[in-house]
Amino acid sequence: MAAEVRERVIGLETEYGISCTLDGRRSVPTEDVARRMFRDVIAWGRSSNVFLENGARLYLDVGSHPEYATPECADALEAVVHERAGDHIVADLAARTEASLAEDGLRGRVRVFRNNTDFSGNSYGSHENYLVERRGPLQPLVDALLPFLVTRQVFAGAGKVLRTARGAVYVLSQRAEHIWEGVSSATTRSRPVVNSRDEPHADIDRFRRLHVIVGDSNMSDLATWLRVATCELVIRLVEEGGDLDVPALDSPTRAIREVSRDLSGRGAVRLRDGRDVPALEVQAHYLAAVERFLAERHSDDAAAAHVVTEWRRVLEALDRDPRALERELDWVAKLRLIEALQERDGLALDDARVAMLDLAYHEVAPVTGLHPRLVRSGRMMSLVDEAAVDRAMAEPPRTRAALRGRFLRAARAAGRDVTVDWVHLKLNGEVQRTVMCKDPLIWEDERVDRLIEEMVATPV
Amino acid sequence: MVARTPEVGMSGSGQVQGRGSERGEEQDAPDGSSGADAAGTVVARPLLDDVDGLLDEIDAVLEDNAEEFVRGYVQKGGQ
Repeated sequence: MAAEVRERVIGLETEYGISCTLDGRRSVPTEDVARRMFRDVIAWGRSSNVFLENGARLYLDVGSHPEYATPECADALEAVVHERAGDHIVADLAARTEASLAEDGLRGRVRVFRNNTDFSGNSYGSHENYLVERRGPLQPLVDALLPFLVTRQVFAGAGKVLRTARGAVYVLSQRAEHIWEGVSSATTRSRPVVNSRDEPHADIDRFRRLHVIVGDSNMSDLATWLRVATCELVIRLVEEGGDLDVPALDSPTRAIREVSRDLSGRGAVRLRDGRDVPALEVQAHYLAAVERFLAERHSDDAAAAHVVTEWRRVLEALDRDPRALERELDWVAKLRLIEALQERDGLALDDARVAMLDLAYHEVAPVTGLHPRLVRSGRMMSLVDEAAVDRAMAEPPRTRAALRGRFLRAARAAGRDVTVDWVHLKLNGEVQRTVMCKDPLIWEDERVDRLIEEMVATPV
Repeated sequence: MVARTPEVGMSGSGQVQGRGSERGEEQDAPDGSSGADAAGTVVARPLLDDVDGLLDEIDAVLEDNAEEFVRGYVQKGGQ
């Protein structure tokens, strides 16, 4: 019998890398570029941490990273669209910054990258947030997810040339070498796969926010979509008590590195029972469990069925020959591009031009960026069209983000001073009024309607 | 609680319509340089199709002074 499909919101957070160079040489310090990127933002938002009318949050993160958190999205594809909307917004800030620097006589090209590593051992992330119901401790959910999260890089890895003591090697994942724990509340000191910090940004009695920080920043729509959509299904299985024989890992941090360093997908993870299982087999194990779960409980869920169809197709293609996915997966595409460049120019894998290509693949620039060029010329596939991305730059999804977006738009139109965060909508003035939106799934609320009416009716 | 309609946003059906993602449809673009046909739709082709044209695109995004750029690209660690 088909059960009711649980609803969930999903959000993606991206930390961007930035640079300003003239003839390749740094011409403006990164901190100054970041500050200037947010000068306009501070001018209208009075803060370097603002919410936009599409419901998203834009801010200057620790370490001078511009960061964009998508609004609460209703599914994985919507999250893909909104992540790309964030790219466009940040790219636009970069273009304005470049012009503003030039006006002050500071020449240079400002570039923004959605990748995860620089060349000095620093890492910054692409974080996934999944709203889950609060039922007992978090640990069982995390335990069930860890082997999945450690091995999904076989399709979700963004690819990277890793410099090691024994020379350069191409690896699946940008993040693998920067993960030091399975789960913890640490972030930058000892980065875990799952961050256990308990900040639901919602009713704390009902919800948790599962904060997955192990992921690579994917340029490929399919990779981002599949990464999020499959994770969501595994979470659903666990939440609903579906059958899953968890292949518990001996050491998640060792496993994630070993998987990353084996491009065949056969990099083995050591299980607690002593067995060594290839990464692709671990993924196939999760796929089979999800397929059984859906067949038993959600046989009429066409969207979920589509996710497993794509998951199976990708795993089977990886098993046969990853090159068949050169138009669809980042790590395969990037490897093929690097090989083509190496072949023409006779470059070693540790050549600076190869490193530059590794980075340039992630440049966020809708017109001039390499990945958008590859999509426009039909060399790489895309799941979303530009019109949808343009809409997402202004319009929130039909989740709590819609309330936030309406409130902010009304405030701007009325010239009123307001303060918002993920939960609160606050009208400032002589009489302050605040509405708390504690359920991220609710996108219509009479209290917000009244607050907006009051804002329009009363003078500033 | 407000019930959400199935057609949430643009993607409620969960169906992924790949632009230029149709497998088995990998013919070359007529002029060999652009995958876009007259109507503006993208025609899928292999990643390495017309590899010289591809490498020109790659050259356009690499700095002439790649060595310097790579050395100077230092970010502080994030989360």
